[in-house]
Amino acid sequence: MTATPAAAPLLEARGLSFRRQDEPVFAPMDFQLHAGELALVEGDNGSGKTTLLRMLAGLLHVGEGELRWRGAPLQRDATAGDILFLGHQLGLKADFSPRENLRVAASLHGCRDGTNAASVLARIGLRGYEDEPVRRLSAGQKKRAALARLLLLPATLWLLDEPYANLDRIGIALVNELLERHTDAGGAAMVTSHGTVSFHGGEPRRIRMHG
Amino acid sequence: MNRPGLGTACAAMLRRDLALAWRRRGDIAMPVLYAVIVATLFPFALGPEDTLLQRIAGGVVLVTVLLAMLLALDAMFASDIEDGSLEQLVLSPQPLALLLGMKILAHWLATALPLIVIAPLLAAMLHLPGTVIPVLLLALLLATPLLSLLGAVLVALTAGTRRSGMLLALMLLPLCVPAVIFAAGAVAAAQQGLPWLAPIAWLAAALVLAVVLAPLACAAALRIALDA
Amino acid sequence: MSDWIPLWLHKLGSPPTFYRFAGKLQPWAMTLALLLGAVALYGGLLLAPADYQQGDAYRIIFIHVPSAWMSMFIYAVMGVASFVALVWRIKLAEVVAMQSAPIGAAFTFITLVTGSLWGKPMWGTWWTWDARLTSELVLLFLYLGVIGLYHAFEDRRQGARAAGFLAIIGVINVPIVHFSVNWWNTLHQGSTVNVFGQSKMAWDMLWPLLTMTLATKFYYAASLFRRARTDLLDMEGGKDWVRKIAEDEADR
Repeated sequence: MTATPAAAPLLEARGLSFRRQDEPVFAPMDFQLHAGELALVEGDNGSGKTTLLRMLAGLLHVGEGELRWRGAPLQRDATAGDILFLGHQLGLKADFSPRENLRVAASLHGCRDGTNAASVLARIGLRGYEDEPVRRLSAGQKKRAALARLLLLPATLWLLDEPYANLDRIGIALVNELLERHTDAGGAAMVTSHGTVSFHGGEPRRIRMHG
Repeated sequence: MNRPGLGTACAAMLRRDLALAWRRRGDIAMPVLYAVIVATLFPFALGPEDTLLQRIAGGVVLVTVLLAMLLALDAMFASDIEDGSLEQLVLSPQPLALLLGMKILAHWLATALPLIVIAPLLAAMLHLPGTVIPVLLLALLLATPLLSLLGAVLVALTAGTRRSGMLLALMLLPLCVPAVIFAAGAVAAAQQGLPWLAPIAWLAAALVLAVVLAPLACAAALRIALDA
Repeated sequence: MSDWIPLWLHKLGSPPTFYRFAGKLQPWAMTLALLLGAVALYGGLLLAPADYQQGDAYRIIFIHVPSAWMSMFIYAVMGVASFVALVWRIKLAEVVAMQSAPIGAAFTFITLVTGSLWGKPMWGTWWTWDARLTSELVLLFLYLGVIGLYHAFEDRRQGARAAGFLAIIGVINVPIVHFSVNWWNTLHQGSTVNVFGQSKMAWDMLWPLLTMTLATKFYYAASLFRRARTDLLDMEGGKDWVRKIAEDEADR
């Protein structure tokens, strides 16, 4: 990554806003996210956290303003695999096992070097459930199966919408650990959450949203 | 970091959808059962005269297959939208149109192919002459993928709405008129001993056009439907 | 991206400007439509001579043919407006496309009804699977599909985009349907009567027809302006310019 100047942020938003039914969902936003940074998106219910993440992921069109990726205007085709989005809907097929779900994802995105479905599932705490249909897993286990995608697929920016929901204490600690590892390795992440989150590795950036 | 090639991605998509369809094989049987029921009702309604049934058999089988396909069309993207896996497909670093093309192919294999397999049975029930059945099968082999492709675009358009099968039927009718006309025309021509190649050629041309354009239109429609 | 759109068109695309512009033109268009319509009816029903073959029954063409032309013309307008709406996300184009659909559907319906009324004395039956009538029926279903899809969405702008997409697919579909129905008709040898044939129409019959065509165009414009204005007020309910209009209305 010597080609890009150190100053160019990974993701930059300038005057970003979105309208639904012609009503602005949130006030125009400006922020920067650098490699190795973690940003916590905060705001009340209905302040547009999910909308912001879906827009950054590329599911919603950019209403007004501009998004830049590594200093150049963001182009979806170029960044498609570099941004990983995890929403309220987990994107798991209920009839498939976690292993099969991961295998499909990996054959579209590719794998991180030195990982495979089995090792990733063991790390996320689903050992023994690899071949159980997702339908039969608990809500927390489903969430873990979805989070396993983060470990397996190569991506620079993670966009996580409520990653802590349905998780127990150990699960929450696991997500924090994943985020730390990711940012230490030069990745970046944006996370929405209602609850207060504590990180070991210093204070995260905070982005407040106003409806 | 190495992105999988197109072939790998397409094969994975096809395998995924076929495996999912196979795990719910009960659903595959439903359109077939429906087609059998509809075809059985015709002799009851029209009387068991051989000559009358013979005359309408080709058209009845075609329309029955079309209605059975319409029944299954709604489900093409429904579960993928519900569990969010469609979003993940849209965001994956592979061309969406191609992935959707694979989905459409899988859907055709799971719903239309069984219908084509039982079509000779339906035709025989209605006394269609045996010599015409190959033409009927050829017409179905060209017309059903055409309907799957056109239907997929419309289902993608309705993806963001409260589901309504009636709306889908209303939207599909104008689009499927040419396919029905040419498929039925080929069967009727064969039955009268006339050359039937021209309508089959038109169907094939339309299919080629749809194979190229429909997945692209489907991808565009899906992006519109998810964008809210 | 929109450099080549002339500036005035760009300005016209803003809702308040269009609202005022359409408000000024609408009464004029309606007056012209009524005047021309009355003249055309007088010319067609009273002045034009009876047809030597069909007697007075042919006079329904003064309604039937202009409606048929309008049904296709409006579909074309809808297709173009939908294209503009999809490519440049111009709100006014969405409004024009979606508000055209019901008017076009109405003209299509009138065409079908008058066609079948005409068919009774001509062909001895209310309905025949004539190529043109069948295409018109398919056109009606296309219109209804667009209207139905538009209303199926919670978000109206998203609905307009989806329905606009369907309208564009329809633009490709209409010629294919017409061609296939023609082919189908020759196969089944349906009863087709070519009214105009190669013969030239007499001027006495032609001018009321053309006048009526103009009248329907003006009616479409007036109706579209009225519908678009209402729709814009509804969509832009929270904006300042709408609030100002509401205040002005209250003051009067």
